[in-house]
Amino acid sequence: MIRIEAVTKRYPDGTVAVDRLSLDIPDRAITVLVGPSGCGKTTTLRMINRMVEPSEGRILIDGVDSRQQPVNTLRRSMGYVIQNAGLFQHRTIVDNIATVPRLLGWGKSKSRDRARELMERVGLDPALAGRYPYQLSGGQQQRVGVARALAADPPVLLMDEPFSAVDPVVRKGLQDELLRLQDELGKTIVFVTHDIDEAVKLGTMVAVLRTGGRLAQYAPPAELLSAPADAFVEDFLGADRGIRRLSFFPSAGLDLLTGPVVRADAGAGEITARDTGGAPWLLVTDADGRPLGWTEPGTLAAGPAGPARLLSYGRPFVAGRDSLRAALDCAVLSPTGWAVAVDEEGRVTGVVSQQAIGDAIRAAHATGRGSDGTPDGTSESVCDPAHGDRTPKAAR
Amino acid sequence: MNGLFDLPSDLQHSYPGLVGLHLREALIPVAAGLLLALPVAQLCVRLRWLYAPVLGLTTVLYAIPSLAFFVVLIDYTGQTETTVMIPLAVYSLVVLVPAIVDGVRSVPQETLDAATGMGLGAVRRYFQVQLPIAAPAIVAGLRVACVSSISLVSVGMLIGNQGALGNMLYTGMTYGRPRLIWLSVISTAVLAVAVDALLVLALRLLTPWMPRGGARPARKAAAR
Ligand SMILES: Nc1ncnc2c1ncn2[C@@H]1O[C@H](COP(=O)(O)OP(=O)(O)O)[C@@H](O)[C@H]1O
Ligand SMILES: [Mg+2]
Repeated sequence: MIRIEAVTKRYPDGTVAVDRLSLDIPDRAITVLVGPSGCGKTTTLRMINRMVEPSEGRILIDGVDSRQQPVNTLRRSMGYVIQNAGLFQHRTIVDNIATVPRLLGWGKSKSRDRARELMERVGLDPALAGRYPYQLSGGQQQRVGVARALAADPPVLLMDEPFSAVDPVVRKGLQDELLRLQDELGKTIVFVTHDIDEAVKLGTMVAVLRTGGRLAQYAPPAELLSAPADAFVEDFLGADRGIRRLSFFPSAGLDLLTGPVVRADAGAGEITARDTGGAPWLLVTDADGRPLGWTEPGTLAAGPAGPARLLSYGRPFVAGRDSLRAALDCAVLSPTGWAVAVDEEGRVTGVVSQQAIGDAIRAAHATGRGSDGTPDGTSESVCDPAHGDRTPKAAR
Repeated sequence: MNGLFDLPSDLQHSYPGLVGLHLREALIPVAAGLLLALPVAQLCVRLRWLYAPVLGLTTVLYAIPSLAFFVVLIDYTGQTETTVMIPLAVYSLVVLVPAIVDGVRSVPQETLDAATGMGLGAVRRYFQVQLPIAAPAIVAGLRVACVSSISLVSVGMLIGNQGALGNMLYTGMTYGRPRLIWLSVISTAVLAVAVDALLVLALRLLTPWMPRGGARPARKAAAR
């Protein structure tokens, strides 16, 4: 564990960048430092690898003062990723990634083999190995930056706004990739960002800093959203914190109706005989159970439903895996006001109305579920806050 | 009839001998200047306040006419090659220090931060990151230094025939031999162009990482 103990940083010009900050950073989890520009995030991060020395206080790594070991040994045991990647423009991609293994005295070919392995890990085409940084896109460069930080398999990863300089689509891809990598690797990651959405999406724990380098709140993201410590944090979280908080409520408890779901080849008799549970719409699926669209019961009884006559079903949510936010989003986007639930393979498991989702939200608030997102990330009730990110392709 | 490259015996050298001598008198000072400029430039990068006075001093040195330099030095080093080479080394130093300083300073801060953060110490950072990235700027400085050095060697003809190809010019003028004059002037020019071309080629081989045949990516410009 990394323990920051009452650390203050006063720069020579008198600026107090960090003020008596104490943080316990849990192992094998992503801890996010978030706050407005100039609040001391970079300074805090750099004190961990001693690129900045604290003026007061100390930092313990697994109980040992970080000043006990030679500074470069410390740094080589911590991957470091920055904005714009900071790649060595004069070295090939593979040699960029092999930097720390080479410093640690691994042989050239072993280092390069390891670098190639990492390129695959972070989703880079191995054909890029011999290229130079200027030949890569911003997103690819950032992936190289991550691979370079992971090359010597350090237990700790320090990331300073690594995804801030890329466009939103690429950023989302990089964030998802980081979560996936973290599932595999279980590093202790300290991640700096000024983007609260990124913090909520990635963080197991989130430390909100205010200007002057003081800690405003340190909590799991769900708790941050449900119980901001003060007006500053609430302000920083932004306007739709209620909606975003739904990301942490599971959709598993929703009552799904299967009555209004019919296969396209069903006979008229079968349809009229159905108990639709009061739903004014029927969802038509193909023979495999994948959704085709909505129709009114009367229309369907008149004859088989061609796709042209169906209303679009919007974007389904995966029941149980996606959050209530995803479910609500589906219902809001659906022309019928009903959300379609599917399983991991994209087959319909039922439908649910806005009304029913609203009831589930109220029930969830009442029992306080969702606010127990635990820092170790093992709680099943914490959903993927990036709702719908992993919707199976078949369901799109 | 004299062959094109036959030289009168009072030049004491064959044509290839003179070319070799010329290159030696021109390029050894550049090499010496580079060797001195590297640490001076590094000092200027580390101690920012040092750069302005160093730049001022080198500009003053550069303003001294080479002939005046030679005359002063003759008292100490006599009418020798050394007397020619010392001023040339100083001129090279003057050209190279700002070139290296600018080159090293052009290394993006984030690249240096990344290097530091990954555990490269100051020495590794200098040799593995700053110097290679400064290579294009250093070579640009070397090109200027080499070309001016090659042309300045000829002035050495005025101090006891130490001007290599310049001596040929002198002889040509003294004995009214236009062939020697032309040969001297053209040979010097060809040498300068050839050395310059070699440096350009060397730079290409040294820096496969440079974007070619187009503008550098906007990101790099923005990062500065
Ligand atoms: N080397 C430095 N010297 C003086 N002040 C600095 C230095 N680095 C950062 N600061 C100041 O410290 C404060 C925190 O900076 P920083 O840690 O970079 O903030 P953040 O990363 O949150 O934007 C800012 O007011 C900044 O101007
Ligand atoms: Mg910062």
